[in-house]
Amino acid sequence: MSRLSEERVATAKEIIGRFPRRKSALIPLLHLAQEQDGYVAQDAMVHIAELLDLAPAEVYGTASFYEMFKFHPVGKYCINICTNISCQLVGAWNLLHHAEERLGIKSGGTTQDGLFTIEDVECIAACTEAPALQVNYRYRYKVTPESFDALINDLESGKLTGEVPPHGTLASVRQTTTAAWSNRGVEEQAQVDAR
Amino acid sequence: MTDTAAPKTTVSLTVDGRSVEATPGDLLITACERSGSFVPHFCYHPRMSPVGMCRQCIVEVEGPRGKSLVVSCMTPVADGQVVSTTSEPAKRAQEGVLELLLANHPLDCPVCDKGGECPLQDQAFSHGPGESRYVEEKRHYEKPIPISDLVFLDRERCILCDRCTRFAGEVAGDPLISFTSRGNNTQVMTFPDEPFSSYFSGNTVQICPVGALTSSAYRFKARPWDLEQVESTCTTCSVGCRTVVQSSRDELVRYQGVDVESVNWGWLCDRGRFNFESVNSRNRVHSPLMRKDGTLVETTWSTALDAAGRILRTVLNDKGPDAVSIIGGARGTNEDAFAWAQLADSLGVTARDAQLGDGLPAEVFALPQATIAEACASPTVILLAPDLKEELPVLYLRLRDAAEKRTTRIIEVSPRATGLSRYAWKSVRHDPGDQPRVVSELLSDRDVVDQLSRGNVTVVMGRGNLAESPEFTLLATGAVLAAVPTARVLPVVRRGNVRGAVTAGMTPQRPDADTNAILSSIAAGKVECLVLVGADPLSDVPDADLVRRAFASVKHVIAVDTFVTESVRHAEVVLPASAYGEKVGTTTNCEGRVSDVAQKITTAGTARPDWMIAAELALELGVDLGISSYPELRDTMTSSIAAFAPAADAKAVRGEGVLMAQSAPIRITATPRSAAPRLTHQFRLHVSRVMYDRAVATNESPSLAPLAREAAVHMNSGDAQRLGVRDGASVRLSSNGSAVVLPLAIDDAVARGVVSVPFNQHGSDIRQLIRHDVAVTDVVVEVI
Amino acid sequence: MSVPSGPRIITSRFDVADGHTYAGYVRTGGYVSLRKAVSSMTPQQVHDEVKAAEIQGRGGAGFPAGTKWGFLPAGVHPRYLVINGDESEPGTYKDRLLMERDPHQLIEGIVIACYALNASQAFLYVRGEMAHAQERLAQALNEAYASNMVGKNICGSDFSVDITLTWGAGAYIVGEETALIESLEGERGMPRLKPPFFPAVKGLYMQPTIVNNVETLANVPYIVGQGGGDFKSIGAPTSTGMRMFAVSGHVNKPGVFEVPNGVTTFRMLFEAPEYCGGIRNGGSIKAFIPGGASAMWFFPEHLDMALDKPTVDKAGSMLGSGAIVAMDQTTDMVAACWRIVRFFARESCGKCTPCREGTTWLERVLKRMLDGHGRPEDIDLLFEVSESISPGIAWPPRQTTICPLGPSAVSPIASAVRRFRHEFEHYIEHGRPIDGVESPFATHLASHA
Repeated sequence: MSRLSEERVATAKEIIGRFPRRKSALIPLLHLAQEQDGYVAQDAMVHIAELLDLAPAEVYGTASFYEMFKFHPVGKYCINICTNISCQLVGAWNLLHHAEERLGIKSGGTTQDGLFTIEDVECIAACTEAPALQVNYRYRYKVTPESFDALINDLESGKLTGEVPPHGTLASVRQTTTAAWSNRGVEEQAQVDAR
Repeated sequence: MTDTAAPKTTVSLTVDGRSVEATPGDLLITACERSGSFVPHFCYHPRMSPVGMCRQCIVEVEGPRGKSLVVSCMTPVADGQVVSTTSEPAKRAQEGVLELLLANHPLDCPVCDKGGECPLQDQAFSHGPGESRYVEEKRHYEKPIPISDLVFLDRERCILCDRCTRFAGEVAGDPLISFTSRGNNTQVMTFPDEPFSSYFSGNTVQICPVGALTSSAYRFKARPWDLEQVESTCTTCSVGCRTVVQSSRDELVRYQGVDVESVNWGWLCDRGRFNFESVNSRNRVHSPLMRKDGTLVETTWSTALDAAGRILRTVLNDKGPDAVSIIGGARGTNEDAFAWAQLADSLGVTARDAQLGDGLPAEVFALPQATIAEACASPTVILLAPDLKEELPVLYLRLRDAAEKRTTRIIEVSPRATGLSRYAWKSVRHDPGDQPRVVSELLSDRDVVDQLSRGNVTVVMGRGNLAESPEFTLLATGAVLAAVPTARVLPVVRRGNVRGAVTAGMTPQRPDADTNAILSSIAAGKVECLVLVGADPLSDVPDADLVRRAFASVKHVIAVDTFVTESVRHAEVVLPASAYGEKVGTTTNCEGRVSDVAQKITTAGTARPDWMIAAELALELGVDLGISSYPELRDTMTSSIAAFAPAADAKAVRGEGVLMAQSAPIRITATPRSAAPRLTHQFRLHVSRVMYDRAVATNESPSLAPLAREAAVHMNSGDAQRLGVRDGASVRLSSNGSAVVLPLAIDDAVARGVVSVPFNQHGSDIRQLIRHDVAVTDVVVEVI
Repeated sequence: MSVPSGPRIITSRFDVADGHTYAGYVRTGGYVSLRKAVSSMTPQQVHDEVKAAEIQGRGGAGFPAGTKWGFLPAGVHPRYLVINGDESEPGTYKDRLLMERDPHQLIEGIVIACYALNASQAFLYVRGEMAHAQERLAQALNEAYASNMVGKNICGSDFSVDITLTWGAGAYIVGEETALIESLEGERGMPRLKPPFFPAVKGLYMQPTIVNNVETLANVPYIVGQGGGDFKSIGAPTSTGMRMFAVSGHVNKPGVFEVPNGVTTFRMLFEAPEYCGGIRNGGSIKAFIPGGASAMWFFPEHLDMALDKPTVDKAGSMLGSGAIVAMDQTTDMVAACWRIVRFFARESCGKCTPCREGTTWLERVLKRMLDGHGRPEDIDLLFEVSESISPGIAWPPRQTTICPLGPSAVSPIASAVRRFRHEFEHYIEHGRPIDGVESPFATHLASHA
């Protein structure tokens, strides 16, 4: 339950500056909030509403449309197992079943220690590598029950800490450039067009 | 189109075999309906942008590329279109959509408020497949949940048409409800802990095409087939929204907005919509009252009229007509005010005023006038007015719409930000008393001069600050009229029928006879009898000290009212008046539009219309006003007051109503003056109304009364920091020898150096600091 | 049969270890086309080359990109280029590879396109779940800015453009171009009705906007470098150039291949050793999806059909996003049908009634069948509900909806029920699949019993 940190507010302002209209920064800012807390906290949405001059209901209306945003704490590692057609054809449900057994939770649930959440998800664009999963949006291909167990062991033991950041962190590299040129006036654009 | 060809103004198309003319840009659905073919629909609403969500209005169109199914609410008309609303494919699609809409609908019509007037129910019968094949589990949600103090939401009934959410964002500018989640789980919701506290929330209930949104005031009160209704005009404020007044078993149960182009477009504010409850209040005065041993006790009409007559006769005989004054008239009809003015004329009483020291000089009605529609069509609107969102809420909607459509630029000059500031092209803060100077400065700004040259300019002027003389706004308006001679004025007085009452003669007939002067004369012992006609000076007159002194020394008070208000408590005789919905008449809105108010229910107890009381009191005093029936009164009024002549035809005042006749406009003659500069350690006081206060119609409506807030001193965060005072701390405001203690609310809407306090709220009464003869109110703020 | 062959155009750096870096990209011939465009060609000339290439959009609809670019109204500014990197059509796996392995190629294509379009700003919208692609693109974009390939006065010319990298947050429908625009505006990703909102005229912020797929733009450096005519000579005359196909499902070697347009499925699946190597376990093919989950299914008799747009369109399906899903003789067609319908039901945005209510209804009926509670009338019901979403049940659909998502849910039903009706009837009668078919839920459903 927290507002964005000062550092993230600074990042947020950079992001806002890359769009011609403030509201366009909404989804990126929600990602910032999720990166900070592992989920999108209510206070963070109020804070984002302030930053973007929106009503909190507008922030939540957009946020809740998108599956990646969680509004309650989830596991440190969200394991998304694809069960869509290409994966179903080669055993995704058995893999999901194995995962549920291994972690003692059902799809959508979180382990008691707060380490793992598993979800049965839609196509993750790794169809030729089926069955596939993502852990915090990092891919694992052609997953077998054995390789799944090994993954869990590695995550538990901290072996993958560098490779798999906690839930909420997506890209480890950010765009650092500003959109200084595009934010010039429309008149100048027309001159460019006349070239 | 070549340069020489004129743009085509109509297109012809064929709907179900009939040819129809339409304007380019019209939507197919309107052309179909005009042609007589009803197209079933849910999400489409003529006053909101189409979204094409429900898909119910699918029709078949034959165009150059063959036949296709289109949604008629988003397809523009085109020349030569051949449209079928009932072809097999169209019917199949309409039935299909209806079956799908009903798939998850709970079909709990027997316990639903909407049952009997439900578009979903009606169209399921007229355009549905007859039966549902859906055997799966339906969606389940907790039902119903309150999303505000006034509105309940049942998500199971909701068909996700986007009407309420569109209204909230697009029309009201309060996007406090939104679609949340996605797909089959989509639902309308507020943000957690942030209710849908829009001043316009009731409109969502009215436009909901199912029973998903219900109002706390109407829930389970009646069934549509038990309702009787009549069209009327709301008199809560001076916008004069057109309404339908509905009753069940002779009790008012609901008001609904009626769409008239010139005024409210179908919308109502929640205060106007839900204050019908006050008419049903048990606290109404049901029979005449007379003071006996210090308390008011019930009596008969003949005894009460006899007593009132005796008091008036005695004072008139002993002290002459200048010892009698009448305050009120703005809460009644034009005819009520006219009858009282006739009575006053016949008695020679010249001190009479429909305003309570909180309005504008009557001369503003003689300035060149603009209508609401003209104001909203003006490229420039200059706002020298109170917060319209608080005081004339539907006018706020209209101006907001004009600003959002980028057809109007608003220039606002006020001591604090208002609901319209966000939509204003320029919003300028100023110290109370400084408005004329700030406006003059603006008028020489290059951008502003450019803007003013782009077409009509309308000044929306009103009493923005009750702690400041209205003269400043008059002067500021004069400055605009001098700079832009073609500019016109829309005077926004607050109380429902001020304009009609003033026109009917309830206005001072000599200098120094307005409400403040009347109260001063009473305090000075020069006026002995005060007649109150639906007026409560003790609650409403800004100068609390003056009104308190007047009521302490007044000899006789005769009151005509619907409730025993603070002021009515001082009366010797109380004559019970019929309330809204209990009498017929006409009313005049701020733009001078006369429209009818209708009777729907039997009057409470033995209450009578104000005009009838005037006529009977006249007889008691040996005067025959020549009024024995309402039609007679109406004829007399429209024939004797030129301004009301256009309202002579009973048909003219229905629907849109009719504009009063205007006499030749006058020019503002007030001499420029400016307030003394504010001392640096002082704040200049701004006092204005908010929508929910302790006004009797709000206070006596159980749904609305809890919405009135505690009074607080609103101060800019910079000033608060300078004073070292925190939000919520108690502060003492002192001025003119009086002081009040109130909590502080940090509020950056308020200009630096200004403190703003809402009027007539719970808590200490800010009016104690206001003096009617002091141009501006400077206060010292101390932290306790 | 003769098979057209061609070079590797957009996957040429997939095997270059540092192909994703600026240095690696430039070393392998990158940014030459951009320099050429801004220094020696007018925007119109660039546009003309793309038009001459006759490249069809690779996002799904297959509309010619050069023609699309021509829809921008003259003189209206600002105008934008939006790059659709929201790849999520089941079976589709190509844009992610292009973004991860050769981000500079995409950036170069974007900048060239902006030059041709006179766009002031480009928005590169990547799917939210693709963290690695986001990283690679951010890195590449920072490098490209630093090397003056993006930003002000690109390559010393007077042409300037900014690219804003952003990403979604999990919603398939955002791959639809108007929904993508809504999402870019910070809204719920619900499609806009076309008309009146054709993006080229009223798109992002109601300004003229071109939305192009990642693969489409990745081809642009080649087209400008080698000329539109060269590109057009590759592939089939009616579907030019190379095209990426992801082949998944029951094949021995699933993979992503850059193949010339017009190749046959048979060649990819069986014939050419460099591709899939036949059906697993020496089995036979029962059905295949030619263009992603939205597409109508094909069957063994379609194996020899050339995969070019007009041919596939005429056969009642679509090339879509280059996603072939192969199903062998052991496939449970009821389960396969259900899984795809479930996808569309879960991904429906909820805006319009037929899709929101209809897809869920279809999914529940199919799930009920799989659970052993099917009723004989359910098969007709599936078609009736489908008819309410997609009158006539054909592809391209005559939809009652705003976008094609709802009608897409009808494709697997129309395909599977028409062809394998007996499998559905068997489920209804016996509560299990026909003999010789494997339920994909063998252990999973048992655990829930």
